Amino acid sequence: MKHVPDATADRTFTEDGTTDRASVDSLLSELDEYAVEQALRLAESDADAEICCLTVGPEDARDALRKALAMGGDAAVHVSDEDIEGSDVFGTSLVLAKAIERHGFDLVLCGMASTDGTMGVLPALLAERLGVPAVTHLEELAVENGTVTGRREGDGATVRIQGALPAVVSVTDRSGDARYPSFKGIMAAKKKPVETLGLSDLGIEAAEVGRAGARSAVDTATRRPPRTKGEIVADEGTGGIGLAAFLTAKKFV
Amino acid sequence: MAEILVLVDHVDGAVRKPTLELLTLARRLGEPSALLLGSGADSATEVLARYGARKVYVVDAPEVDEYLVTPAVDALTQLAERTGPAAILLPSGSDGKEIAARVALRLGSGLITDAVDVTAGPEGPVTEQSAFAATYQVTAHVTQGVPVITVKPNAAVPEPAPVEPVVEKPDVTFGPASHAVRVLSRTPRERGERPELTEADIVVSGGRGVNGAENFALIERVADALGAAVGASRAAVDAGWYPHSHQVGQTGTQVSPQLYLAAGISGAIQHRAGMQTSKTIVAVNKDADAPIFELADHGVVGDLFTVLPQLVEEIERRRS
Repeated sequence: MKHVPDATADRTFTEDGTTDRASVDSLLSELDEYAVEQALRLAESDADAEICCLTVGPEDARDALRKALAMGGDAAVHVSDEDIEGSDVFGTSLVLAKAIERHGFDLVLCGMASTDGTMGVLPALLAERLGVPAVTHLEELAVENGTVTGRREGDGATVRIQGALPAVVSVTDRSGDARYPSFKGIMAAKKKPVETLGLSDLGIEAAEVGRAGARSAVDTATRRPPRTKGEIVADEGTGGIGLAAFLTAKKFV
Repeated sequence: MAEILVLVDHVDGAVRKPTLELLTLARRLGEPSALLLGSGADSATEVLARYGARKVYVVDAPEVDEYLVTPAVDALTQLAERTGPAAILLPSGSDGKEIAARVALRLGSGLITDAVDVTAGPEGPVTEQSAFAATYQVTAHVTQGVPVITVKPNAAVPEPAPVEPVVEKPDVTFGPASHAVRVLSRTPRERGERPELTEADIVVSGGRGVNGAENFALIERVADALGAAVGASRAAVDAGWYPHSHQVGQTGTQVSPQLYLAAGISGAIQHRAGMQTSKTIVAVNKDADAPIFELADHGVVGDLFTVLPQLVEEIERRRS
């Protein structure tokens, strides 16, 4: 899961082209809540299931883990290291894959994309690194007899797909509404274990991640000029005619 | 000139418009080659040649349809290793992005997704992207390996540049990962008479204000009068009024048409992120304080059930 700047706030870049995390509040990426929800639902039907929540990020990324633990996760791992700052999706996926291997897993559940970078490729990269199936972009999923089956709303078609466990699964915002943490859940979360790891714990060299390991670079990040305020008219009986005239002037009619 | 590999998006050989845009962009960077996976090579090759593909690589193996994404990763990676292209361009759908990421990881390459423009630069392709709900414009380049770039629809106007292509059928070895996720069934989305949402020049969308599935007929009438695709806000989709495949927004389809008409849509940040880069935006909404009006080039504060029928009538009158 990812701790991201609030998508409803005014987000900015710093001078070096990375996200400015200081200027706005951050929270658990909304799309990751759906992954937590699906993990909780699967665990409800499997007494042996343990849900471990994993994030990589600076100190305050623990807030994202606390939220997931308050929703019902059992334990958490926080990978934090100064050298990770500025990582691209390859660096991030390396750190996450090493942490997942260290912990062990049957199923890795992810959101479909983060609400800041919005690339949506991290789950596929995790699967590639872990050498397991990537059953991604699911709107509906079932885990039975060591396989995960689900429905993927693809680019031009709806496909039903199936892969064997262990696997990486990502779910969309249509997989089922995420629950709110209860007061009891929030209190219980304070006592749940959060393990903190650094790069050395995972056997990763600093040069493999962070800005040093990034495979692309931002040249410029410019704020778009705000759209010039258009003509807003109250409909007094001819609003549709006025709109048609506007569209004709713009050559759409 | 260096070869630029383009992954073809097609259905049984019917090439989709974003691929023609990729070929057009590829010509700025080098000589375009197309990789076509699956059946339908004959009809596809004709179209690809018309848009400048000097080479068409065809891999028609059962794996391509029977398994998800990874057969394409094997094919594209092996072809790139053999031909040493100067860049690889793919369409920015969920499949295209996953293929791109895995290919880039295997090739030791950098990846840029969702480019809205690609130009030649001194250190290889320079991309333009929108960030943070389209409030920022970012230019970037890949610093390692063969640049792998996914491009959003409508990033360029397809320009014909006919060539006589060389057709090759390269051998591809499908590894264990290619057999990891089986496709149990595939239901192609119904293609109606209207243009596809991602490719349309004009999009007419309805939101909460449409107030019922049956009322979407009015949105469709406006769309048909303008030759437009129909979109819907998440609220309208969640209410079951229109299919999810038409959802415009951050987690739905992100569109960038010449004209976007929002009817009964207030304009929450998640919706704006999906349509903010539209060239011209018009809005009809009862609430004068709706945030959508901040973006609108022309806005009508009024009841969509009186404004839209009048709009359709007036369009028809002006045309006759």
